[in-house]
Amino acid sequence: MRKTTPQEDLLRGIWKENPVLVQLLGLCPTLAVTGSVENALTMGIATFFVLLGSSILVSTFKSVIPKEVRISAYILVIATFVTIADLVLHAVVPDIHKSLGPFVPLIVVNCIILGRQEAFSSKNTVARSTLDALGTGFGFIITMMIMGSVRELLGNGTFLNHPVFGSHFEPWVIMVLPPGGFFTLGFILLAIGWKKEREAETVKPRRWPHGVTTEVGGTV
Amino acid sequence: MRDLFWIFISAMLVNNFTLVLFLGLCPFLGVSGKVSTAVRMGAANIFVLVITSLTVSLLNKWVLPYAPYLQLISFIVVIASLVQIVEMVIKKVSPGLFRELGIFLPLITTNCAILGLAILQTNRGYGFVEGLSFAVGAGLGLTLALVLMASIRETLELADVPGIAKGMGLVLIVAGSLSLAFMGFAGLFSS
Repeated sequence: MRKTTPQEDLLRGIWKENPVLVQLLGLCPTLAVTGSVENALTMGIATFFVLLGSSILVSTFKSVIPKEVRISAYILVIATFVTIADLVLHAVVPDIHKSLGPFVPLIVVNCIILGRQEAFSSKNTVARSTLDALGTGFGFIITMMIMGSVRELLGNGTFLNHPVFGSHFEPWVIMVLPPGGFFTLGFILLAIGWKKEREAETVKPRRWPHGVTTEVGGTV
Repeated sequence: MRDLFWIFISAMLVNNFTLVLFLGLCPFLGVSGKVSTAVRMGAANIFVLVITSLTVSLLNKWVLPYAPYLQLISFIVVIASLVQIVEMVIKKVSPGLFRELGIFLPLITTNCAILGLAILQTNRGYGFVEGLSFAVGAGLGLTLALVLMASIRETLELADVPGIAKGMGLVLIVAGSLSLAFMGFAGLFSS
């Protein structure tokens, strides 16, 4: 594997290898709690905290953890941080904690976190794992914000509970309901696919003009 | 008895785990390419869900009243080791079934539907029998969603779609339409 620079460690997760939009990991919270910006942001920050904490701890103790039980060890580390996050959210923002429901404890089985431990923190130094976790966590927060903003703006006509459109706006209720989650992410992925296709087209070599003879003979 | 029936119907259709509660999306999007695989995955899920539900009932009754802060950690440890044990038992008792389920059994450990069921069951205060009905309903609901999705995707394979839609984008929009259809079941409860 090629050595990466610290900048790459940090920036990779934000866009180029965005955990949700590119790697399609951690879809459950992305779809489930993005009905409002408030919930999405809280969820993003909680996941960010758990990812950062687990990455630091796992990379610190990577040489002590036996290879055979590493996954269980990671899960235990993650579960500990999730319990902390759960208790803190319950104490600080009880309303949001209630509306997030089972999805705060479910951060444990978020594939993004376990994936980063297995793929990165278990093999790299503490500093690099921290950078990686910061980047990936921030990428996740950004995705949550995009999803949350689109769904709350269209489905409720508000942003962070402040009305944005005038009183004539008829909310698209479907966007804050479950199908809206699928549709929003679906259209975002379609847009990314469209952008990638455009990029691929511009990179393609241009065709030879008619009548040019190639070395092997015959016209192209 | 009527309660049990409604818990079952609610878990299966009205609050379908995959399409309405967004639990267990990874297998839903990952292994819904073929109907036969989807059926097997669904079966494996039902199996693990039921066992988890039984164990969680026991944990809730005997262990957690004394150490509530251990809830999450004990659930995940129990689920992970349970799946491991089940895998070993099936491998020993019925190698045929083991081959059928294959990679799906270990994958189920990290399926949020399982932990989700454990947490929802605890939050709603379901007992032993109610939990069982909840688990079977949820499992059947997951299987239904998986099989529906797989059959649609098998047909989509042959469809002529634009290049940008080849991949997850289209699958998610199909899932959204399915989810829309399942919202119709919300009318089952009049109260």
